[in-house]
Amino acid sequence: MSMVFQEPGLLSGTQPIRTLRGSLWKVIRGQPSATIGAFILGSFIVLALLAPWVAPYGLHEQVGPVYGHPSWSHPLGLDDGGVDMVTLLMWGARISLVVGFAATFVSIVIGGTVGLLSGYLGGKTDSVLMRITDYFLAIPDVPLMIVVAAIWGPSLTHIIIVIGVLLWTGTARVVRAQVKSIRERVYVKRARSLGAGNVRIVVRHVLPQIAPLLIANTVLTIAVAIFDETALAFLGLGDPSRISLGKVIENAFQRTAITSGAWWAIVPPGAAVALLILSCSMIGRAMEDALNPRLKAAHLSARSFRLRPLVGRGKDAV
Amino acid sequence: MRGADYVIKRTAFAVITVFVALTLNFALFRLAPGSAITNLSRVPHATPETKLALKKQFGLDKSKGEQYVIYLQQLARGNLGISFENSQPVSSNLRVALSNTLPMVALGTIIAIVFGTLTGVIAAWRRGTGTEHLTVSTALGFYAMPTHWLALMLVILFAGIFPSGGMTDDFLIDPSWFTHVKDVAYHMTLPALTLALVLFGEYTLIVRSAMLETLGEDYILTARAKGLKPRTIVRKHALRNALLPITTLIALSLGYIVAGSILVETVFSWPGIGRAVYQAVLQRDYPMLQGAFLVLTLSVVFFNLLADLLYFRLDPRITS
Repeated sequence: MSMVFQEPGLLSGTQPIRTLRGSLWKVIRGQPSATIGAFILGSFIVLALLAPWVAPYGLHEQVGPVYGHPSWSHPLGLDDGGVDMVTLLMWGARISLVVGFAATFVSIVIGGTVGLLSGYLGGKTDSVLMRITDYFLAIPDVPLMIVVAAIWGPSLTHIIIVIGVLLWTGTARVVRAQVKSIRERVYVKRARSLGAGNVRIVVRHVLPQIAPLLIANTVLTIAVAIFDETALAFLGLGDPSRISLGKVIENAFQRTAITSGAWWAIVPPGAAVALLILSCSMIGRAMEDALNPRLKAAHLSARSFRLRPLVGRGKDAV
Repeated sequence: MRGADYVIKRTAFAVITVFVALTLNFALFRLAPGSAITNLSRVPHATPETKLALKKQFGLDKSKGEQYVIYLQQLARGNLGISFENSQPVSSNLRVALSNTLPMVALGTIIAIVFGTLTGVIAAWRRGTGTEHLTVSTALGFYAMPTHWLALMLVILFAGIFPSGGMTDDFLIDPSWFTHVKDVAYHMTLPALTLALVLFGEYTLIVRSAMLETLGEDYILTARAKGLKPRTIVRKHALRNALLPITTLIALSLGYIVAGSILVETVFSWPGIGRAVYQAVLQRDYPMLQGAFLVLTLSVVFFNLLADLLYFRLDPRITS
């Protein structure tokens, strides 16, 4: 690989993370944005899970006029079929989250395996696998998703597979860089000289070390997967029988919500997607930042510059 | 010459990637439901002669291996088949679409790079202050919004002020060159702004991370110890070095620009390559979809190569 990438967050060799739970907890506590993100994502998951019980109306139930205005009984109004928007959003978030999580699972399994094999085995395996990764990286994934989805036909499973199979490159790179550095650590060499096999080394020593970064990567991938589902649905490639948040936006766009002035049919679903992506990004980025030792030393940040004021206004001035 | 190796290696990689893309393109569309003959020659209202000509041109009755060779030969001549939608050659459709897309995407991207770099640098410089929190949250906000939804929000907000669809005013008959440019620029405002806002979020975050990493380097401490002005340190020491990862990451975001342009052009009915993809998907216009996918892939590979070479110019440490 001759192109230089800034591998996010190579763990520093001096401070191995003791336990997975401890490190995660420390990160989440130390970064307020991670807490906020976890809270938003958590609320979405709870609402989506409980949709069949707490959704105020039926998903296909016409409860009022087409594009009915927001009212006390329908705080976000009605869609083009007279269906309650709050109900639609809850069910839509459910499908969006299913696609996000399932596609990410596919992508993490592929990316993790490729990265692990590549970094751990090195040599020929590494160069072949990384070459393949490079090709996947060079081909723009959304157009490829569109083409595959268009040819394969719309269904939820197809969409999950298409997104998952095209998102793993980032994970493979991150995992490979980590595994490569961990493989050379003294304790891994000691374990090997004590007779530990490859499987044991990977499971006991390598995986726990890469877990925090892998989780950060997983959370960020969920955000991308949800975005991709929304994009595919918008282009008419979503599963027509399942209502996802992307599908709700598409319906509103196709059925002229804008010209009808029905902003309530189009603003909330997009805002929900944005919140979902935002919460995943906040968690993932906060974790990556916390795990990146290169960000700890800031020789020139506003806070460390107390010699002369940079900008003299408000409490931000230093 | 320094690093001739590097240039050759990167160029070779780009060429091989193009072949991978071509092969993928061939394989994907031969896997499409229905036979290749019906998929490539299913041009509506086509005369039997056209069908026969297509069948002959692409060797649709021959074996898959022969078809692949013929496909490459036809491609070298710029023959991508005939669009189902308007019965025109795909290549001429694509040429028009591409010339419509480029100015809009270029405008949006340049705005995003300029403002993204600026705010990214400020965010890193003023780390831990309210300014940073504000910049980062704004950037994350734009980054998180689905592109097409942001486009629709702009339509709702600016309906009536800026045109929300198309590229030209149909009622301008035979406009002068200047009027035409003004008209297109007017129509371009919202699509370019959408793309710029989404990319702005992404670039701010990229530049901030890259700057934070360089600001942690020892030479920044040295520069401070020498008593240089913070402004000088940021401009000449930190940003210069941070430009390296920034170049790479912006190049990698090209795939995203492509995805963004598909969504933006769909919302604003901008007659470019992205809308061509959308139309082709709707109509299951396989020759058009195949051609558009190829053009998008080739442009991403080309700009990636350009970024690699630029990187080589920027970083004197690269020798092989």
